[in-house]
Amino acid sequence: MFVRNLIRFVFVLLTQVLVLNNINLGVNINPAFYVYFILLLPFETAGWALLLSSFLMGLGVDFFCNSLGMNAAASVFVAFCRPGIIRFLKSRREYEPGTRPTIRDLGVRWFFSYAFISIVLLHTVLFFLETFGFENADQTLIRILLSSGAAFVLVILVQFLFGRRE
Amino acid sequence: MKNLITFLWKYYFFFLFLSLEVVAVLLIVKNNYYQRTIIINSTNDVTGAILKTSDGIIEYFHLKKANQILAEENVNFRKMLPQSFLKTDTATFFRDDTLYNQQYTYLTAKVISNTTNRINNFIKLNKGKNHGIEKHMAVLAPDGIVGQVIEVSDNYASVMSVLNSHTRISAKLKSSGQVGTLIWNGENYRLGKLVDIPTHVQIQINDSVFTSGYSYMFPEGQLIGTVSDYELESGQSFYQVDVVFSCDYNNLRWVYVVRNLMQKELNLLDEAEEIF
Repeated sequence: MFVRNLIRFVFVLLTQVLVLNNINLGVNINPAFYVYFILLLPFETAGWALLLSSFLMGLGVDFFCNSLGMNAAASVFVAFCRPGIIRFLKSRREYEPGTRPTIRDLGVRWFFSYAFISIVLLHTVLFFLETFGFENADQTLIRILLSSGAAFVLVILVQFLFGRRE
Repeated sequence: MKNLITFLWKYYFFFLFLSLEVVAVLLIVKNNYYQRTIIINSTNDVTGAILKTSDGIIEYFHLKKANQILAEENVNFRKMLPQSFLKTDTATFFRDDTLYNQQYTYLTAKVISNTTNRINNFIKLNKGKNHGIEKHMAVLAPDGIVGQVIEVSDNYASVMSVLNSHTRISAKLKSSGQVGTLIWNGENYRLGKLVDIPTHVQIQINDSVFTSGYSYMFPEGQLIGTVSDYELESGQSFYQVDVVFSCDYNNLRWVYVVRNLMQKELNLLDEAEEIF
């Protein structure tokens, strides 16, 4: 279990910094795909492990793109919100022991809302931290919308492509 | 004390979250005062090495384009060779001229990482202190200006791109010679803004914009771009001029790092001015 998550950590980080950060679609579309790692951590992950691994993931991305601290802050924030989001979505369906937060185990609808909430949260924190204030809020909102959309499509795509095999 | 520990332990998830966020925000704030900061990550040898390998592979896809640009430049340089001129006077070309002291020397460097989609963009070069690169040197591309070196490690250098909200470059219009300040507002990586041009100046569309040489760093007369549009700021007596960059920052491969041999002398004069 630990090894599988470690492999996912490396795969997601390298995809983000070597592939996605090099695809230039303008200022508005910068999908933070690395949130995929936080989304797919098992339900049983201890709180400290969840926070620390998310912090490291964010920091790793920061090291590669000169934004020291920004991605780390956003990613820790999402990790902090994750138990809350899971509890919020739980009201509709009970989690059995051994289930994992994937499409295969919990269905398309559950995963879509889970991914959507987390991704929008991440980009909101990230882009407001980047402008460091609320000037140009309209441009920031457009960036949040477009980037979240792109990240959402990516996460769903990867989940459909690789999620079934795991 | 025991109660405190129990309390902290009970809510450790929240406190760990809080302390990690504090660390992250400290990093951001420290990083934002970019002049004072040593940008650890940009010159970090580990990330540098990984990016270099990745770039080494990508480089192959750009060889054709790179060759073409080099060939074009060679043609230009060939034109400037003494052999390309007809000698009309025996005393035309001297290397050791008493009238002309060499002020700028150039180094080539390769771009190993580059962004254009952030508000503050940075570029990393494959040369550093060991190759003679120092802080505050200007960086040029064959077809435009690129930025300013802000940090060097032994083998790598970090450059603040023109595409950075902190950019302030003294620039002038070719037709009128008026000097303004070039800034970048983060909206479009092809467009810069030239501000502080007084309204009495006649601005022509497609006029060229050059560096003014007032900043010591950039040699005078380096092409920055062309004027595409201009507008009057409401309630102000200055124009805001849109400048289309001549250089495609999304496609930087090889750049020139400029050393101003007179920099020290000029800095000494500046210090003297500050005393008064």
